[in-house]
Order: sequence, then C-alpha cells, then structure tokens
Amino acid sequence: MSESLLEVKNLNVKLNNEEIITDLSFEVKEGDILTVLGPNGAGKTVLLKTLLGILPYQGEIKWQKKVKIGYVPQRLPFIKDTPMSVEEFFGLKGASKKEIEKTLNSVGFEDNFLNKKIGELSSGQFQRILIAWALVGNSNILLFDEPTTGIDIGGEETIYTLLTKLKEKRSLTILLVTHDLSVVYKFSNYVICLNKCPICQGIPKEVLAPETLNKLYGAEVKFYEHHRY
Amino acid sequence: MEQFLLSLIAGIFIGGVAGYLGTLMLSKRMSLVAGPLGHLTLPGIALALIYGFDVSLGAFPFVILGVILIWFFETRTKLPMEALTAIVFASGVAVAFLFLPIAEAETALIGDISKVGFWDTLTVSFLCLFLFMVIKKIYSKMILINISEDLAIAEGVNVKKYNLLYLLSIAIVVALGVKVVGGLLTAALVAIPAATARNLSKNLFQFSLLGMLFGVVSFIFGIFLFKITGFPAGPLIILVSTFFFLISLIFKKI
Repeated sequence: MSESLLEVKNLNVKLNNEEIITDLSFEVKEGDILTVLGPNGAGKTVLLKTLLGILPYQGEIKWQKKVKIGYVPQRLPFIKDTPMSVEEFFGLKGASKKEIEKTLNSVGFEDNFLNKKIGELSSGQFQRILIAWALVGNSNILLFDEPTTGIDIGGEETIYTLLTKLKEKRSLTILLVTHDLSVVYKFSNYVICLNKCPICQGIPKEVLAPETLNKLYGAEVKFYEHHRY
Repeated sequence: MEQFLLSLIAGIFIGGVAGYLGTLMLSKRMSLVAGPLGHLTLPGIALALIYGFDVSLGAFPFVILGVILIWFFETRTKLPMEALTAIVFASGVAVAFLFLPIAEAETALIGDISKVGFWDTLTVSFLCLFLFMVIKKIYSKMILINISEDLAIAEGVNVKKYNLLYLLSIAIVVALGVKVVGGLLTAALVAIPAATARNLSKNLFQFSLLGMLFGVVSFIFGIFLFKITGFPAGPLIILVSTFFFLISLIFKKI
C-alpha cells in the first residue's frame, strides 16, 4: 500500500456567500495521478487554491509532513510587466544555478536558456518553465491548474508525455485540474468529477459513465477514447 | 558651495532610493500611488512650514495615514485604484489650502532642496541607506508577489508582512521626497526613472540598477541646472528625468 499524502474530509468552500465546493472528501496517495474534472466555473481552480492554503475553507485538509508542493498556475498574466531572465525567475525561489540548470534539462531545455527573457518565450516554452519552476526545491507533489492542451511544447512531446516522464524520474505525485476528458482517461488513475458538489470519484474507466458526464456537463457529451493529441 | 554639496548629497541618496523602489512599484502597477500620498502630505508640510519644523517630519504622519487609507479602500471596495487615488489626493490638496500660508505655497508644492542643513543631510543619507537595505531584502519576494500572490503564498511567503514593509518603504520615500520636490511632484521621483529603466533593460538586475541610476543622475543634473539657471530645483530634477525617459523611447526595443 502506498502512503497517503493528502487527506481531504468534508471540505466546504464559500466565497462571497456563494457555495463553491460542498462536502468534498478524497485522498491522494503517493504516486497517484489524480485529475479533477469539471466544466468551467465548477470550482476546480478554487479547489487547488484551497489545498494550497490560499483560500479559506471549512472541513479538514491534511497534508503529510514530508510533502513538498509545487504549484503550476494556469497563467501568470503580470509576469511580462517586469523584465526578467529565466535564471532570475528561478532566483525568486532562491534556487542555485546548478539546480536551475538540472531542472531546466529535465524539462528539455539547454543550459543557454538561462539568459532568455521570460517575455520572449512561446506559450509552450513558458508552460515548461512553469513546470520546472514548480519542481525546483525537490517538490514531490505537483498541483497543476489546467495544462493547455494542444500546444506544441517542442517536437512530438505534449505536456502529458513530459509529465509522465517526470513522474517516473522523480517519483512525483500529480494532482491536475482539467476539463479535458481525454486527459483523464489517458493520464490519470483517479478522477474526481466536480460541479460545485462532487458528482463522482474513482478510477476513470469505471466512474465516467455517460450518465455521470451528462450530470457533470449538463448537455450530452460524447467521448471518443481514441482521440489523440 | 557647502550648501550646494549638501543638497547634492541629499539629492543623490533620495533619488537613488526612490528610483530603486520605483522599479518595485512599477512591477506592481502602483507607480501612481506615490501621487496621492504626496498630495496628502500637503497639510503636514503646511503645518511644518507654519511652526518651523522639518518638512519630512510633518509629511510623515500624513503619508502613513494615506497608506492606511489606500490599504483600507482597497480591501473594502471594488473601486479601481484610479478612483481611490483621485479621492485621496484631491482631499489632501483641499485640506492643505484651507490653512497653508500663501507665501509658503511654493515650497510646499514643489519643494526646496537648497535649504537642507548638515544634520538634515546626514539623517537623510542614513535613512536612505537603511531603506535601500530593506528594499533589497524584500525585493525578490516582492517581485514574486507582484507576479502572482497565489504563487507566493504557495511558496510560503508571508504576503502581508512583505506588503507592509513595502508600503512603509513607500511612505518613507514619499516623506523624504516632498522635502526636495514637494507634494505635487513626488510621484515622478518613483515613476519616471523606473519607466525609463524598463524601456532599456533586458532583465531584473538591469531594471533595478538602471532605476536607481536614473534616479541619481536626474538629481545631479537637476541640481546643477538649478545652480546655473536659478529656476527651482524640484521641477528641474523632474524635467531632467522626463528628458531621459524620452531618450529611452528611442532605444526601446519593441
């Protein structure tokens, strides 16, 4: 049995008097790839932010002591307001040059990337930089908010093949928010369907029946498992 | 001559630290905040001029009041910063002119660096050095907060503590700034050098260094021009700063 890294019990989140998450309980075990699936506005990002301690909540969130969290936000719209090199961006976290180089290599960048200006990166490169940034400091669990699907991050690689590789190399646990069904099927071993209140959770192939998806998304959703990115 | 040197030294310190802090303020999109704070000090300056004590000392309680007001407005309303800014600074000016002696109005509005004494200069220099160290210490964490507060919290940064240190630094810089350029022009001390620096820099190191440098150089040229032309120093310093900004537009990489 692998160890539990995170236990959430009867979680309730209320923002501006609106219930965003009601009565959610789940567990994340070491080595899990857990996806949180739901339509826009379902409270997925709110869930991540609550787990990170950014938002107030009721209920219980218990992180295991040895956990080091790396957070990969969805976007950083303000980052271009400040001129900054890749190295300096990592420096904000107090990372040494050696560690930065090592981490950059592990997401597929050469060392000469250190001097690149953050504002000049493509969106795919920037997403990889954000993953590397989250990994610095030996994080063992990644909280990932909506990886952009379909963007080319270089060669044949997608964010998901990269994450799978990193997971094996660094024995990572990943908690990922998405509204993309194919990601859930191909990538994760556990799914939580969320639309304000939890709709279902379990192993993706077992719990994601058409009825559940209808309930989750409202309208009829067709899913083709062979769909490829 | 001695007076000129004192003005120059005080100016270099204030200009440098204001330019340096300005780069943080620009990255937080808060360059204009020094404006209302400066205006809000006018009643304090008026009191100082009437009763004959140090202008910065008079300004300081008002600037602290301003910081609290801005912080309070920001947490209590959803109004945009510009609206809050307009409310605060107009009120500051209005209150000041209720009892500001007209004869002293110019000093209050555009400052007067030509009167700083020896002890003044010494205090200003030490205060600026101390401030510089505080800003240097909080700099990278503040940049992280400016990029994304969520990311900073996830990294375990105590955002409230850093914001407080940052706001206090602004308060002190504004209080020092009104001494040399007056209540009306203080915003320019932090806003213009930083904007120039951003046009010319590729990374954070250059950005912060150039911000400081343009702050210092504007003061040096401004004070020399004052010596030569006899026009008031405050406006000259700001105009030199603006001149550098215009030049930077030519070199800006698009």
